[in-house]
Amino acid sequence: MSLRAPEARRSNALHAGAWWLWALGLAVAASRTTNPLLLALLVAVSAYVVAARRTDAPWARAYGAFLKLGLAVLLLRLVFSVLLGSPIPGDHLLLTLPEAPLPDWVRGIRIGGRVTAEQVVFALYDGARLAALLICVGAANALANPARLLKSLPGALYEAGVAVVVAMTFAPTLVADVARLRTARRLRGRAAGGVASVLQVGLPVLEGALERSVAVAASMDARGFGRTAPVAAALRRATAVLTLGGLFGVCVGAYGLLAGDGAGYGVPCAAAGTAAALAGLRLGGRRSVRTRYRPDRWGARAWLVAGSGVLVAALVIALDGPALHPGVVPLAAPELPLWPALAVLPGLLPAFVAPVPKEARP
Amino acid sequence: MIRFEDVSVVYDGADAPALRGVDLTVPEGELVLLAGPSGVGKSTLLNAVCGLVPHFTGGTLAGRVTVAGRDTRSHKPRELADVVGTVGQDPSAHFVTDTVEDELAYGMESLGLAPAVMRRRVEETLDLLGLAELRDRPLATLSGGQRQRVAIGSVLTPHPRALVLDEPTSALDPAAAEEVLAVLQRLVHDLGTTVLMAEHRLERVVQYADQVALLPAPGAPVLLGPPAEVMAVSPVFPPVVGLSRLPGWDPRTAPGDTAAAAGRARRLPPLTVRDARRQAGPLRARLAGAPAPVVPPRPLPIPAPVPVPVPVPRTAVAAAGPGGGLLARLRRRPGAVPPSPAAADRPLLAVERLAVRRGRVEALRGVDLAVGPGETVALMGRNGAGKSTLLGALVGMVEPAAGAVRVHGLAPHRTAPKEMVRHAGLVPQEPRDLLYADTVGAECRAADADAGAAPGSCRELVSALLPDVADATHPRDLSEGQRLALALALVLTARPPLLLLDEPTRGLDYAAKARLVDVLRRLAAEGHGIVLATHDVELAAELAHRVVILADGEVVADGPTAEVVVSSPSFAPQVAKVLAPQPWLTVAQVEAAL
Repeated sequence: MSLRAPEARRSNALHAGAWWLWALGLAVAASRTTNPLLLALLVAVSAYVVAARRTDAPWARAYGAFLKLGLAVLLLRLVFSVLLGSPIPGDHLLLTLPEAPLPDWVRGIRIGGRVTAEQVVFALYDGARLAALLICVGAANALANPARLLKSLPGALYEAGVAVVVAMTFAPTLVADVARLRTARRLRGRAAGGVASVLQVGLPVLEGALERSVAVAASMDARGFGRTAPVAAALRRATAVLTLGGLFGVCVGAYGLLAGDGAGYGVPCAAAGTAAALAGLRLGGRRSVRTRYRPDRWGARAWLVAGSGVLVAALVIALDGPALHPGVVPLAAPELPLWPALAVLPGLLPAFVAPVPKEARP
Repeated sequence: MIRFEDVSVVYDGADAPALRGVDLTVPEGELVLLAGPSGVGKSTLLNAVCGLVPHFTGGTLAGRVTVAGRDTRSHKPRELADVVGTVGQDPSAHFVTDTVEDELAYGMESLGLAPAVMRRRVEETLDLLGLAELRDRPLATLSGGQRQRVAIGSVLTPHPRALVLDEPTSALDPAAAEEVLAVLQRLVHDLGTTVLMAEHRLERVVQYADQVALLPAPGAPVLLGPPAEVMAVSPVFPPVVGLSRLPGWDPRTAPGDTAAAAGRARRLPPLTVRDARRQAGPLRARLAGAPAPVVPPRPLPIPAPVPVPVPVPRTAVAAAGPGGGLLARLRRRPGAVPPSPAAADRPLLAVERLAVRRGRVEALRGVDLAVGPGETVALMGRNGAGKSTLLGALVGMVEPAAGAVRVHGLAPHRTAPKEMVRHAGLVPQEPRDLLYADTVGAECRAADADAGAAPGSCRELVSALLPDVADATHPRDLSEGQRLALALALVLTARPPLLLLDEPTRGLDYAAKARLVDVLRRLAAEGHGIVLATHDVELAAELAHRVVILADGEVVADGPTAEVVVSSPSFAPQVAKVLAPQPWLTVAQVEAAL
């Protein structure tokens, strides 16, 4: 059946940008509501797609990490609300913490004191929104290879992009190093756990990391990284003028837009600045001789995946209403609004149209 | 193709030049092997070819290095990337991207080749190196041999005219090494690539070389010539050459003797097992009557693990001065761990039906192993067979999923580290993992404190193993062999009766290896049980009483060294192959019998 999604290969790999657009669409939708049921639905949609389309690659484990991060944020939000109080009025007293006396000049800040159910529920909703947002971003991290995104950057930005990607692959190896060295402490007769062990292996780990980055730099140099094509001095100067001038224009334009009274010159300045900066980047790309090996192509499936995310965001924004922001005063159980809930479901589309990763090896 | 003219290299802040007056010409299309002991500047010479020395490393290069007519003085490494491909000692440090296919394409992308060309070359290279199955795999999931092949492939795709390799087979098991060498052979023969490579394990590579460039000592001139001629005078040589240097190797009566060779004062040594077998007739005949080899000596009949006397090589005792009684003094020390009487009737180490899981992978399954005092066991098997995991389980770094490990009756993963180091000590694959301090002296003091040993006991061990290392030396400045010795001393400070070593000869030259063999023999003679995980068949033949072969996490062979290795084509040492079916394993055994 030709409608079934094909097995993922290099040639039909979904563009990394499509995954990011889809995930950002869900994240935008999540940022527009505090309804916990709707948020749970959004997270469930992202989880289903990740479960259906994630590979065995190391970056695919990011989803679990983001899930934990989301929960940690939620907890932190609750703890802060309980400890520091909240401006939410409420009469369902849960408990009263001993209040720390503070001097006059920090009036408005409270430590301890009354904890009401309303305030806890409000913090819960607010934290859940943040957590859902993070988890949606985590889905993009798990589904899209960060290095592939790099291939879509303009040539002039390539070198900056490499630095970012090297840094991103660096963190996991650093963590692995710490784990390895901590277990190695056993061999010297020291406890492998505890904070002291992390501190003690810190220096060797950093030394190792530094040595490795020097080795990678040497390898990149020996393999032709940073070869440049000869360009005329005039072109080089034009590039610098366009880029710097463009950025200046963007700054002035942004100031104009934000300042309120400068709306007249803000928009044209920002537009001209952006155009000049883009032209500068394009000219700058001429210095680079790099070509790209099998960049991801933006095909029909990429349109569908990206479109589904954008659609979710658009629908949720369009269906904005009181149901999306359940009140906490008075306390009431949140309801699942029918139309916004249906609006989230297109986010499941990637689980059916994106190419299926190969069976994980046993 | 590659030409060095009177090249000297001095690194910033170094007292002596790393290379002095090197003149060397590597002709096009040849495989040249760079041989020599550690520390003579082999890596410096290799890195000078691709321009990393001095453009990347700093230092001063005098003289001229040209590759395909390009002077490295005026061309930066990136401008030489299309004529020379370099792979360093550690392939994982070489990788820039994260999947096999991207890694192969990376060099070509930098050179700006057309997409259609890149695609074709990647496909060709995948086939050439047998990597087609792995094309989408993340690099982090590859085995050692696969990584080495990807690293070679990644510098091949831009079609360089010269390939420079630093120890391409050192970290590999024998089969993976053969794989990599077969690829190099193919490149040289079919594609006319020039290859310059350094390698310590000459027994693996010397027969493939067209010429050998020998750096005999620091600062000495390079000797370039046909492999056999260079090996005849080289201070480093494979066992097969060692065999031919024995007095019992009579050249006159060997068949296939050409007039030219017979006319020379000294006959050229054989380089391959095949050549050696042809010439070994007389030696085999002389050995036929000799008693069967019993070296390495059988384990001493010690009933109980004795408190560990400290190993002191003969040279070190001499160096310790007229008092010389280091060993005696240490033996008298009251702090020595008394043997627990309960342990007397147990083996040092007993492993029963051990299973270890890592995620969903069963790293070990149903492993049985017993090691007694004074016994040396070599653990062999391909990369990823579970050797390191097993060693980790023996010291409690890895928790068993099923089965039991008993070291002196203790379960390692449930024993406190402080207690465990007194029973079993592991020198990990990367000795650096054990070193935290910034001087050797501080490291020793920490080791004394960790082990509860008397202050100074670690330092005495270090002085014995590394006679000329000062307290203030930074561990990073030590050579590979010195670092291993330091880690060994740190582990021995707690006097564990069971000593475990993971791949101890990686990066060691023959001299450092011989010193290690000497130290380990003494430790075994003093009643230590030793388990070595190694790919080095020659080391196993020298040291081990027993060889255990692991495959896919299971023990597939366990028996006396001679029986296990002689019957295996990939694990047999060269001497065994030459003298088969006679049961000799090492040059030393043959020498003793003559």
